[in-house]
Amino acid sequence: MPIKFDHVTYEYPMEEKPVVAVKDVSFEIADGSFVCVCGENGSGKSTLAKLMNGLLQPTSGTVTVDDKSTATEVEKELFAIRQKVGMVFQNPDNQMIASIIEDEIAFGPENLGVPREEIGERITYALDAVGMSEHRHHTPYKLSGGQKQRVAIAAVLAMRPEVLVLDESTAMLDPKGRAEVLKVAHELHAQGITIVLITHFMEEATQADRVIVMSSGEVVMDGTPEEVFRDREGIERYDLELPIVDDVAAALSQQGVPIEDKIYSVSTLAEAICRSK
Amino acid sequence: MSIEIKDLSYVYSPGTPYASTALKSVSITINEGDFLGIIGKTGSGKSTFIQHLNALIKLQSGSIKVYDIDLTQKKPDLKKLRGTVGMVMQYPEYQLFDETVEKDVSYGPKNLGLSEEEIKGRVREAITLVGLSYDEIKDRSPFELSGGQKRRVAIAGVIAMRPRVLILDEPTAGLDPRGKKEILTLIKKLKETSSPTVIIISHDMDAVAENCDKVAFFSGGEILAEGAPRDLFYDDDLLARTEMEAPAIVKLTKALENRGVTLDSHPINKQEFVQAVKRWRDE
Repeated sequence: MPIKFDHVTYEYPMEEKPVVAVKDVSFEIADGSFVCVCGENGSGKSTLAKLMNGLLQPTSGTVTVDDKSTATEVEKELFAIRQKVGMVFQNPDNQMIASIIEDEIAFGPENLGVPREEIGERITYALDAVGMSEHRHHTPYKLSGGQKQRVAIAAVLAMRPEVLVLDESTAMLDPKGRAEVLKVAHELHAQGITIVLITHFMEEATQADRVIVMSSGEVVMDGTPEEVFRDREGIERYDLELPIVDDVAAALSQQGVPIEDKIYSVSTLAEAICRSK
Repeated sequence: MSIEIKDLSYVYSPGTPYASTALKSVSITINEGDFLGIIGKTGSGKSTFIQHLNALIKLQSGSIKVYDIDLTQKKPDLKKLRGTVGMVMQYPEYQLFDETVEKDVSYGPKNLGLSEEEIKGRVREAITLVGLSYDEIKDRSPFELSGGQKRRVAIAGVIAMRPRVLILDEPTAGLDPRGKKEILTLIKKLKETSSPTVIIISHDMDAVAENCDKVAFFSGGEILAEGAPRDLFYDDDLLARTEMEAPAIVKLTKALENRGVTLDSHPINKQEFVQAVKRWRDE
């Protein structure tokens, strides 16, 4: 079990009174799963992400990564956890430090003390995995947003992580950039890496194995996309929305078109409409 | 007609080895009452284009006329221009700076040189228009508000200038579904009540199809096409050339076509699609 939350609460210390961002949350993320975390702005999603690799440590309760608590005082153990659980954030421009992409990717493994030859291999692997090999010797500044996020993912991959956490990593991208990053996430998942994707885009959530919905710091829904999106009351209550295709399916069904109540993609809904006549 | 642009070109760092062309001979007329969506991938020239419209970027070549303000003139009336064209930048909440919401929203109208009384009235009106309670929020620090509230305050700061043209760069980026719906509803309301012409830059094709009556496709610093969303979003070749995606409704209609079902129209929103499917079933 790579990541386990056991009655985790996190409070941001404030002058007057602390703000509770995550409230008594317990769940496990299974090896090799693709988990989406949704919920309104301020619901605690990003705090949850930062708790996953010890960037934040719980105020109470425990977060464990492969049975090791993130609240360790031993630096080495914390580094091991951060190597296993890598993060990519929202703004691609805030994450680049080196002037050449190759150096950007080497930064993590160098800090881990990986031997030089192996660093070279890791760079090749990581850039290949995100489809950015041809840019190896270029500067990251001239890349598009989607390409920058792929480089940021490669920098995490060079650490050979078990889990990749993407915290709204597609929010600032154009449609093509978003599609690129999602494709990479799904490819890495197919290679066995556990993916945690935090997003406001419901279509992204329908492609996950599991959807966790946060509201006011608590986990309020947790299930397959099918289970979560069929709970129309829950969707309403927690200010989510149906993906457009499913919203259309619901509208068709309301207007008397015989469409089964389930989660659709563009092609499956088109087929269902064809069959309805 | 409210804005007329002819042959607008722009080069960043001209005459240096780093020179890069951002706009190439762009011409477009934007009429009063238009709700224009500007789309195009990152780096296609969208932001450079709109920054010209209230002279955040100095005109290099071509001409821009905003109502009777001619930007080709030596000293155009920039104060008047900025009172006419309100610009809401990307993530505008990062630009809030003052101690209280009231002071922050007052900043623009103060620069217009209005009387204290007039400023107060406008600020109250703007804060109310964006759906916040003036009395509750005016003395609070903008930094202790939620993300959605901050964005509203930032928009109020622009609305308080009473611009006839309102421009918003990615107004819904980073917002949750409810925040997104609220901001889009707000923009429509502002269009009806205070700023008849609205221009948005957006990566959200569904929102553009649903809300805009005109759309301009930017690519490589040029406008490749301009027209009704209903026409342009069904143009596969245009979408491919600009590397844009079709809105979900258009994808559905095309997926039906691929399966031998041709609807009698080109629906552009959910209601139209549902009605078209119903008509097809009744045939």
